[in-house]
Amino acid sequence: MIDARDRQIIEALQGGLPLVPAPYAQVAEALGMDEGALLFQLAELKSRGVIRRIAAAPNHYKLGMTSNGMTVWDVDDDHITELGTHIGALPFVTHCYERPRALPDWPYNLFAMVHGADRNEVERKRAEISAILGDACRAKDILYSTRILKKTGLRLKAKG
Amino acid sequence: MTLDATDRKILNRMQDDLPLVSNPYSAVAEELGIPESELLNRMSCMKEDRVITRFGPFFDAAAMGGAFCLCAMAVPPENFETVLTKVNAHAEVAHNYERTHRLNMWFVLATETPEGIEATADAIERETGTRVLCFPKLQEFFIGFRVAA
Repeated sequence: MIDARDRQIIEALQGGLPLVPAPYAQVAEALGMDEGALLFQLAELKSRGVIRRIAAAPNHYKLGMTSNGMTVWDVDDDHITELGTHIGALPFVTHCYERPRALPDWPYNLFAMVHGADRNEVERKRAEISAILGDACRAKDILYSTRILKKTGLRLKAKG
Repeated sequence: MTLDATDRKILNRMQDDLPLVSNPYSAVAEELGIPESELLNRMSCMKEDRVITRFGPFFDAAAMGGAFCLCAMAVPPENFETVLTKVNAHAEVAHNYERTHRLNMWFVLATETPEGIEATADAIERETGTRVLCFPKLQEFFIGFRVAA
């Protein structure tokens, strides 16, 4: 859980960290705290897993990875952990999750995100996944993204 | 914008964690063998050109006592823009993608409480008259995100 001070810090940083030589000092000043206290608090938020890392979110499209396919698979529940671990370890899979099916609309329980310069590249990677899953996979599909409709990341609601 | 070798080196490094020290960019610049001012200038340019969509902390809503959930809707194409406006109006919608499937709108809800997911999904259903399917993660097999620039 987060307290009022954590919340203030998260709100101050959810738009991003300033690109200046002493970014934490600048944020601390805006929060009316000293830099040391902010760094301490950030380290604490990291140790609790509230902050995963402080890093850049790249734009795949601008990097030439213009094709993004969400590959989805209906995999035998008895083998999902073993197979998911295998698929998740492939270097070209950026996210891999087990999720519930939504029958009858959606029979798939394994999701693996694959990026490539074009759809041919994504299809080649998808074929590699298919070969690994073999007979444990009963059905499969791929959903290409055609448009980013929103990308803001987490936003806390202003609370009174 | 065309990325040169230095931009790519920066982008690869900056997808990893920034140190929690007073002058973190100076520390990274030294690692990369470039002046701090050059690192900051190039980062600013890449942000401006949206090669970098965001630079800062990645928060985990679940660790804050909240939740994330992938959701999908089958939106009739003729209503797509109207539904999109209603869905995106919710601050809880963190990302949203159009995809090639009958379920053509896929978004991630990030809420401060686990109950917030259902409440937001219900509100979207009410406002749009379209069913929202929820696909919470049951197991996470990898969380890499990194792309080789």
